[in-house]
Amino acid sequence: MSAIEETEHGHGHNKNLAHHFDTLEQQHEANTLGMWAFLLTEVLFFGGLFAAYTVYRYKYSAVFEEASNLLDITLGAVNTAILIGSSLTMALAVRNSQLGNSTKTGHWLVLTIIFGMGFLGVKYFEWKHDYDIHLMPGKNFFHWQFAKKAKEIHTKEHSHRLPGPQDGVLKDDDPSLGVKARLESEQARLFYLLYFCMTSLHALHMVVGFGIIGVIAWKAYSGVFSPDYYTPVEIIGLYWHFVDIVWIFLFPLLYLLGAHLGH
Amino acid sequence: MSQLELKSGVTHAEQAHEVHEKPNYLNHDHSVMSWLYTLDHKRIGILYLVSITAMFILGGIMAALVRVELSTPKGDFLTADTYNKSFTAHGVIMLFFFLIPSIPAVMGNFALPLMIGARDVAFPRLNLLSYYLYALGAGIGMVALLYGGVDTGWTFYTPYSSTYSNSYVTVMAVGLFCIGFSSILTGLNFVVTVHRMRCPGLTWFRLPLFIWAIYATSVVQLLGTPVIAITLALLGVERTLGVGIFDPRLGGDPVLFQHMFWFYSHPAVYIMILPSLGLISEVIATFSRKNVFGYKIIALSSVTIAVFGFIVWAHHMFTTGISPYAAMVFSFLTFSVAIPSGIKVFTWLATMYKGAISFETPMIYGIAFIGLFTIGGVTGLYLSTLGMDIHLHDTYFVVAHFHYIMVGGAILGFMAGLHFWWPKITGRMYSDFWGKLGAGIIFIGFNFTFFPQFILGYLGMPRRYHEYPEELQLLNVMSSAGATILAIGYTLPLIYLTHSFFWGEKAGKNPWGATTLDWTATDSPPSPHNFDQIPVVTEEPYHFERKEAGVVSH
Amino acid sequence: MNNEFRFFPEQASTLAPEVDALTLFVVATTVGVTLLVFFLLLLFAVLFRRRSDDHYPKPIHGNVPLEIIWCVIPTVICVVMFVWGVKVYSNIVVAPVDSMDIYVVGRQWMWKIQHPSGQREINALHVPVGRPVKLTITSEDVIHSFFVPAFRVKQDAVPGRYTSMWFQATKPGVYQIYCAEYCGTEHSRMIGKVTVMEEGDFQKWLSEGAENGQALQGRKLFTKLQCITCHSGNAQAKAPNLEGIYRKHIPISHQSGVKTPEGTKIFADDSYLRESILYPNAKVAAGWESIMPTYQGLATEEELLQVIAYIRSLQQGQTPPRLETTPTPASIQEKSSQKGEK
Repeated sequence: MSAIEETEHGHGHNKNLAHHFDTLEQQHEANTLGMWAFLLTEVLFFGGLFAAYTVYRYKYSAVFEEASNLLDITLGAVNTAILIGSSLTMALAVRNSQLGNSTKTGHWLVLTIIFGMGFLGVKYFEWKHDYDIHLMPGKNFFHWQFAKKAKEIHTKEHSHRLPGPQDGVLKDDDPSLGVKARLESEQARLFYLLYFCMTSLHALHMVVGFGIIGVIAWKAYSGVFSPDYYTPVEIIGLYWHFVDIVWIFLFPLLYLLGAHLGH
Repeated sequence: MSQLELKSGVTHAEQAHEVHEKPNYLNHDHSVMSWLYTLDHKRIGILYLVSITAMFILGGIMAALVRVELSTPKGDFLTADTYNKSFTAHGVIMLFFFLIPSIPAVMGNFALPLMIGARDVAFPRLNLLSYYLYALGAGIGMVALLYGGVDTGWTFYTPYSSTYSNSYVTVMAVGLFCIGFSSILTGLNFVVTVHRMRCPGLTWFRLPLFIWAIYATSVVQLLGTPVIAITLALLGVERTLGVGIFDPRLGGDPVLFQHMFWFYSHPAVYIMILPSLGLISEVIATFSRKNVFGYKIIALSSVTIAVFGFIVWAHHMFTTGISPYAAMVFSFLTFSVAIPSGIKVFTWLATMYKGAISFETPMIYGIAFIGLFTIGGVTGLYLSTLGMDIHLHDTYFVVAHFHYIMVGGAILGFMAGLHFWWPKITGRMYSDFWGKLGAGIIFIGFNFTFFPQFILGYLGMPRRYHEYPEELQLLNVMSSAGATILAIGYTLPLIYLTHSFFWGEKAGKNPWGATTLDWTATDSPPSPHNFDQIPVVTEEPYHFERKEAGVVSH
Repeated sequence: MNNEFRFFPEQASTLAPEVDALTLFVVATTVGVTLLVFFLLLLFAVLFRRRSDDHYPKPIHGNVPLEIIWCVIPTVICVVMFVWGVKVYSNIVVAPVDSMDIYVVGRQWMWKIQHPSGQREINALHVPVGRPVKLTITSEDVIHSFFVPAFRVKQDAVPGRYTSMWFQATKPGVYQIYCAEYCGTEHSRMIGKVTVMEEGDFQKWLSEGAENGQALQGRKLFTKLQCITCHSGNAQAKAPNLEGIYRKHIPISHQSGVKTPEGTKIFADDSYLRESILYPNAKVAAGWESIMPTYQGLATEEELLQVIAYIRSLQQGQTPPRLETTPTPASIQEKSSQKGEK
């Protein structure tokens, strides 16, 4: 079947070439394909959540739209801008690594991390607020009347004051509210649960990204990359853009859902 | 590279009696660390082999408990709760901890780079990570079993699993999540390896059929597994936080879980069976000394089966009250999987036709495989026929059908592969007599165990029953008796293969006279870096010619 | 039961011979194919065994006519199976219009059955011979599956929704009911018996110890749950008149809070009525405000079936007058769970 032929191993002279690859080009192609395959897996990983979201979005559309209005569109929009900015810095990092500007590559990568941290910082305050008004799964998960009141106070007084008994908030199981309130709370809880799962899974991907970008930035400063060898920068770029794109889907699905109703 | 050579040099000095031999991947370094930190695909394959064998024994013990209980109609051996936990443990261990990693992770890891003339898989470190994720997942699974087990059945149907079960479902879900990522990373590694690591001249249509099958399998692992991972994650979240994604009492939809579960778990069947199909093509061709009939069709049928596997999932749900039109579409699509599977059986027969067949142990397993896979395949038609599935769904007919596929197909395929590559893996031969005897006992025991279950199923005995009506006892006793024979059959290979590993006769480079690179271009066992020179392929596989006879060293 | 060995369970419904005929066809074809494969496998193994170590056969690369044959013949067989299977399946899923209704609620681990006449049974089902019977099935907790092998029918009981199945018994006798979907510890004890009786015996059984009719119990609930307050059927009504709406196409205006196009209609079957009681917002009748509270948690699955049975029976002008002395919903919940109130 085969003829054995002397082939030049051709490695050992380049420290960036792993021993089982023949050429840098082969290694580059393998790594890039690997990342694309990984992103394909990620699409289906998030896809499960998107499928669940679609089913309940259709089933409980009215409550989902109303529930969406309790999220903070401004913070969401700011975060979208920050994240798109980080994609730009990432793209510039990749470009600079291709051109061989190692220090600039490092700078842009660090800036990407800073933007990403900014995103998570905003997210922290948003989650904190969500937690305070019981939008987060956990103890006293979602009390519809309470959350509505909090939103009302926020719109009217432009403050984040939390409602108390003095605001006349009734518990969902208060008999005078009927069972409807309880039921709508249940459906809205599904929305917030999906919101929580999707955004935290997204955030987890960002945190993992920070670690990898950090290592690659350090390598860039040490001058590892050259126009011949910039694969790690390119594949972390692919990953980062994917994380960005997921958010581009999450933002309208979670935040803008009820906005057209004029709330 | 230089490090490897250094290490092997050191071992040479220490192992004086092996100085005259070339170092191979097994003996170039004997330290425990060299195994635990190994990046060598062959060693990782061995790690998997040892782990899944342990899992198989454990799963087998669980099956034994189930069969002993079912030998009488009354629940007199185990309590209902223990029985439920036993069959759940049997299902989870055998499917997730044994079958899914069996051929892909053991045979795939060992043989894939050898067969395509690569020095390793594309991402050796990722490969080791896959193994440790598998070990972690299996460990967590064992913790769940030790603490009291899981009683939901391996399908984890909601709302039972999400709300009503008081067992360790969440812990098991975490374990399976880890196993899922192990499987994804293995699939990713193999896809990239097949695409980018083939040696010069090895074009797609010169690939051995096992590689085609592993490739199709890896794509399924890559695309299906993340869905089960997120589904189990949601199940865990639902149990931990008390919210109801799948619980109708809290606004959720239990049938959504089934859709998401089967979107993975049906393709998962192909993760288990496709590599077997490819492997059997290798075995049949080698032991018939004939090229595989209709090579391209059989290669593409693997890919077709993988693709169709993704669009038939709802045939597990015909009785849930899904729309009758959906049921018809899924029934039709299911039938369309039967065609490529049928083609494979016929092409194997055509490969044997006018061949020069010899009957060493792998071929005995290969022939047994074709027979049992045919029975498993045609009984699948009973279940895809809508009018019959309503009656047969969730009965022992289904149990018998998928055991014919999983055991008769996947496990016999695994055994065929293990006996086929054993000389390559260990460099030693095993006793062909004991091998054939084991294969014969497994074949007989298997049929005794599972054939009566087809009849039990048509008579209406539901799955997962701890007690059953007395008139069904005769068939159940037959089944339990068969399981005893099967257990003996499984024990034999454990004994004679262990014996062979230490004391077996030395195997030559290519004892079977096979034509693929793993046999023609590497030693038995292979050297740590597989090839002294990277081979160059100049023709299609399975070209058996007399001139080869000179090369074969017996 | 006798202990004679059999391959097929008893045939006791009109569907059973149909399913068995299909099975025999599938068995015949598949056994034929399997035997052919086995025969060729053994034949080739004997004929083409390796004669000497030097025996290298000529390669065969393919044979187009042969390949076409083994693609086409299985395809034809599969198409026949598919079409026949769909034909039998359509008989299994489509119940005759004149079917007698019986209601089944599964729970861990028993089957609770209600007849429209008010008879209730647990783990037992009495049906007349020769009349189509339609079971409407649901579950109170996990998924179960109602399975009668002698009738060759099976249907999952899914919590939160109604499913249905039908059969027409052909032979008086006692047949096994199983729960086919794994439902927890006592799954294998969730079994029962169907008793098929001659029509006369069945009528006698129905009248013996019959409680109030299902619809009558529903009528009581209709006032107790204060449905009557709004669905009063008169000029003061705040909600649609329910007289004669069962199995009619009625116009709706909103679906899940979203306006539907003008002229959208919905088929008012059992599932719709159940949904409207539990999720009043799901599909709102045209011309009415969505003011109805949900009754989730206020009515059990069995009570829902009774209310629906009542709505089904409600004809023109039959809505009862509102009783002034009806208790409030809060106290109903406790009362209705007490057995003694009937």
